[in-house]
Amino acid sequence: MAKLKIIVSATSLFCTRIEWALKLKGLEYELTVEDWDKGKSELLLKSNPAHKKVPVLLDDGVAIAESKVILEYIDEKWKGGDLYPLLPQDPYERAQARFWAQFADDKCVFGTWGACCAVDALEKEKAVENALESFAYLEKQIEGKKFFAGDKIGYLDLVAGWIPHWLGVMEETGGIKILDAERFPSLHEWAQNFIKIPLIKECVPPRDFLVNYSIALLSYLRSSALNKP
Amino acid sequence: MAEEVVLLDFWPSPFGMRVRIALAEKGIAYEYKEEDLRNKSPLLLEMNPVHKKIPVLIHNGKPVCESLIEVQYIDEVWHDKSPLMPSDPYERAQARFWADFVDKKIYDLGRKIWSTKGEEQEAAKKEFVESLKLLEGELGDKPFFGGEVFGFVDVALVPYYSWFHAYETCGDFSIEAECPKLVAWAKRCMLRESVSRSLPDPQKVHGFVLELKKRFGVE
Repeated sequence: MAKLKIIVSATSLFCTRIEWALKLKGLEYELTVEDWDKGKSELLLKSNPAHKKVPVLLDDGVAIAESKVILEYIDEKWKGGDLYPLLPQDPYERAQARFWAQFADDKCVFGTWGACCAVDALEKEKAVENALESFAYLEKQIEGKKFFAGDKIGYLDLVAGWIPHWLGVMEETGGIKILDAERFPSLHEWAQNFIKIPLIKECVPPRDFLVNYSIALLSYLRSSALNKP
Repeated sequence: MAEEVVLLDFWPSPFGMRVRIALAEKGIAYEYKEEDLRNKSPLLLEMNPVHKKIPVLIHNGKPVCESLIEVQYIDEVWHDKSPLMPSDPYERAQARFWADFVDKKIYDLGRKIWSTKGEEQEAAKKEFVESLKLLEGELGDKPFFGGEVFGFVDVALVPYYSWFHAYETCGDFSIEAECPKLVAWAKRCMLRESVSRSLPDPQKVHGFVLELKKRFGVE
């Protein structure tokens, strides 16, 4: 049995970033995939009782939850020598990486998802505007660099790493356009460079699987929104 | 080179209090600048253009934003004194997890307690108490969340103690009755000068909340 296990869902963008981190560190791991149709597994409920969410890293049975917390754990436990560093060494640069990671998750992921879910035209337009403002900040951060971490990928690239694969699915199924190559040329180029990396590409879920899941989820959310009194 | 540390803050902010406590724990001299959040200074807008929020720590002219990020930064730069984070990676992960839990739950639920009524307020109170009980469980029989040593989660949570009186009065409930161990922990933290000097008087906080309620038209 592998010492390292990740409790994941088949589609969650928060889970794949953990796989990427473990692969960069050269660590072997097993996936245990939640079947949402069966409800949350005993293992998940026991491993993350506070939030009951994926991903959870099980290190020799010991559970660590919250994807950005897990990334820092992986970086701190397996460090030094030839091991791939995820976060920068300098405290100020670490603070910057943490700041932008939090921003990317809070504003870009949830901003985009909010725009996808919005049904009312005016609400949708406003949500897209807000998302575009947030992406403009990320564009400025990547300007002049190949990756957020510099010449090689790092922590912030992993956290923003949903953009090349998941964002297109959200745009298509949500009826929105965010990552415009003209509007965000540096981010667009970064996305293409990032997804080309073999260990990155080999972990992402198949696109049509994500599309079908997204369509079903949006349809469910929209119908429950419409059915609210 | 002499270190120049400035903190842009607002006296009732639990987020600001976290940074004050961390700076005090490390014995760092700094300039405290009070912001009027209805009339934000050019310095604040320049140092935190993304969120335009306090607290902002400015170290030798360079800004660090987001309170838990600032506390970690302070801990890493001034690492020789009073470490706030444990050294073991798993314990560090737990500290970050619970500090993040505090961030996800306490402020928003607390806000709902003083700014809503009826069913919405009751639901907020229930979830607020549940969250505190979970934290109480995590504390267990330890003197601090950090164990024997005052640490990161203690810093993240204890500022809310200055808001408990306001929450209790607005919500008509007793936090001590629901979570006696947690209140005992908070009083223990208050024995530390870094904490007692960084938290405002709960009566003052309550007065501030009453003003906010008037301003937002909440009875």
